[in-house]
Amino acid sequence: MNGVELRDVTKAYAGITVMENINLEISDGDFLVLLGPSGCGKSTLLNMIAGLEPVTGGSIDINGRDVTALEPDERDIAMVFQSYALYPTMSVRKNIGFGLKMAGMPKPDIEERVKEVAELLQITPLLDRKPSQLSGGQQQRVAIGRALVREPAVFLFDEPLSNLDAKLRADMRIELKRLHERLGRTIVYVTHDQIEAMTLATKVVVLDRGSVQQADTPENVYRRPANRFVASFVGAPTMNFVDGTLVREGDQMFFDTGKGKLPLVDVPAQANEMVGRPMTLGARPEHLMFDDAGISARVVLAEPTGPDQYVRLAVAGAEMTARSGPEQAFKPGADIGIVIDGARMSLFDLENGQALLEG
Amino acid sequence: MRYNRWALYGLLCLAAIMIMAPVFIMISTSLKSMDEIRNGSIFTLPADPSFAAWSKAWLGDCTQTLGKKCGGLSSSFMTSVQIVIPALILSVGLGAVTGYSLAVWKMKGANVMFAALLVGMFIPPQVTLYPLIIMIRELGIFGSIPGLILVHVIWGVAFTTMMFRNFFKTVPQDLLKAARIDGAGFWALFWHVMLPLSLPILGVAMILQFTYIWNDFLLGLTFGGRSGQPMTVALNNLVGSQFGEKEYNVDMAATMLTALPTLAVYLLSGRLFVRGIAAGAVKG
Repeated sequence: MNGVELRDVTKAYAGITVMENINLEISDGDFLVLLGPSGCGKSTLLNMIAGLEPVTGGSIDINGRDVTALEPDERDIAMVFQSYALYPTMSVRKNIGFGLKMAGMPKPDIEERVKEVAELLQITPLLDRKPSQLSGGQQQRVAIGRALVREPAVFLFDEPLSNLDAKLRADMRIELKRLHERLGRTIVYVTHDQIEAMTLATKVVVLDRGSVQQADTPENVYRRPANRFVASFVGAPTMNFVDGTLVREGDQMFFDTGKGKLPLVDVPAQANEMVGRPMTLGARPEHLMFDDAGISARVVLAEPTGPDQYVRLAVAGAEMTARSGPEQAFKPGADIGIVIDGARMSLFDLENGQALLEG
Repeated sequence: MRYNRWALYGLLCLAAIMIMAPVFIMISTSLKSMDEIRNGSIFTLPADPSFAAWSKAWLGDCTQTLGKKCGGLSSSFMTSVQIVIPALILSVGLGAVTGYSLAVWKMKGANVMFAALLVGMFIPPQVTLYPLIIMIRELGIFGSIPGLILVHVIWGVAFTTMMFRNFFKTVPQDLLKAARIDGAGFWALFWHVMLPLSLPILGVAMILQFTYIWNDFLLGLTFGGRSGQPMTVALNNLVGSQFGEKEYNVDMAATMLTALPTLAVYLLSGRLFVRGIAAGAVKG
């Protein structure tokens, strides 16, 4: 199989297992994002794919070849680092060509390849400068150029945009996406930024404490989080969680928190079997809908963000955030009716946090 | 604020005078004739400056020699050069490579070795002098220039290794990872990435090692033998063992001549030296 395959990959430091039995399939041309909080093991996983850290157990295939025992330069990969990691004493030209030089490629060929890559990334005028004479964004381009020039089977990105300011980050994000669409190469990309994950990925792998929480398309990760961790990590503002039980009164379903009943609309049929069972309701801010027929909620405060505003509400003994358009005015202390979109809400097991609804 | 500034300059001037006064007296005396030295105060400027004493100190006085040589410092200057250059290149070069491998490559026992080197650096040379003499004698190079060079390298390598190791420890991990992915092995990483990065440290190590080896007296006296006497030992012989009247002007000139190379190195590389001392983190 082309692409990358991880089979039962395990990592232990000094006898302490930090990652156990990681299984991942990255298809050829995929843009896979490893997403998770700091310390979740995403960088370790990337370093293991790169060969910078040995695996304790399991095996890694790249383009159908077992590379578990190979050195990084033998694995047909290239990597872009958060700190860019350009060689400070070399010119941009030499930085980009260094890997080819180490591989023993003849000088005219290196020159040719460097030229092509520089044109692709529009850094030709910078070729004779030193990294210290470049801006952060330019350095990032050079770092990407150094990866591109090797024409590897897999590109590895370790939080490449984290050191850039917000505007540049958005620009580079678009450029990376374009680059991926143009080259169609396999990319493994580590980030803790969910916006990057949602916008760039064809597949997102959410990691926490050394294990895969969910591996799916960005849409599914957002729409159908596999467990409470994924639900709370993906999405900003974060999903609202309340504990309680599903109850049915006639045709109407409610989520009873013990201090109030949240009305649910368009509840999927599979929820019928869960009536009476204690669980956690997960509702994103956009899943709270304003409806005068709904339960009465008190406005705590409103946060306008420009295109939207987020309204903190005290309802049924809990605080929840709802999303609204910018036009409506919310006065703190005012009462407003809400219902919850049962078609899009999530339900989680109270004990293990696993999602209960499917599809 | 004003007063502080004056006090500061006053203090600096005082310090400069205290440091420069002996140098001034040495230069001034070396340019005088013996008659003038016998009669005048040591602070007066030479009435009739002459380089006769310098010439005598450098070439010796061949009209009244006791042995074969004329007794000047010129021959021992060449000996010192023959000792310093290989010892300098070897001790700094070896220190760079060992410091690099200790800092970058995770070898078993690297920390133990580094600790041992540190201990080695802080032991005064006098303590290990005798065992070292036996070692060098067993190697059959005692009392020769190669023997003395080896001793200087042994002593210098602990210090240079520490300097390079500490510098290379500040090189970001990502840079090393990038080089590994680019396929740079032990020597390629050293030559193409690490050594060019360490130029300021290399400069400082060279200057300090040069000064140390050039100024050394004890090791030169002990290990150099007859053929390998460095300039410092020759200076001591010149100043300390003369018959008749003490020729202060020649002594002063000889001392200046011996100190001149290190002085020149400092003056010429002052900026590099300061830059190296200040070089901490590597910015990309």
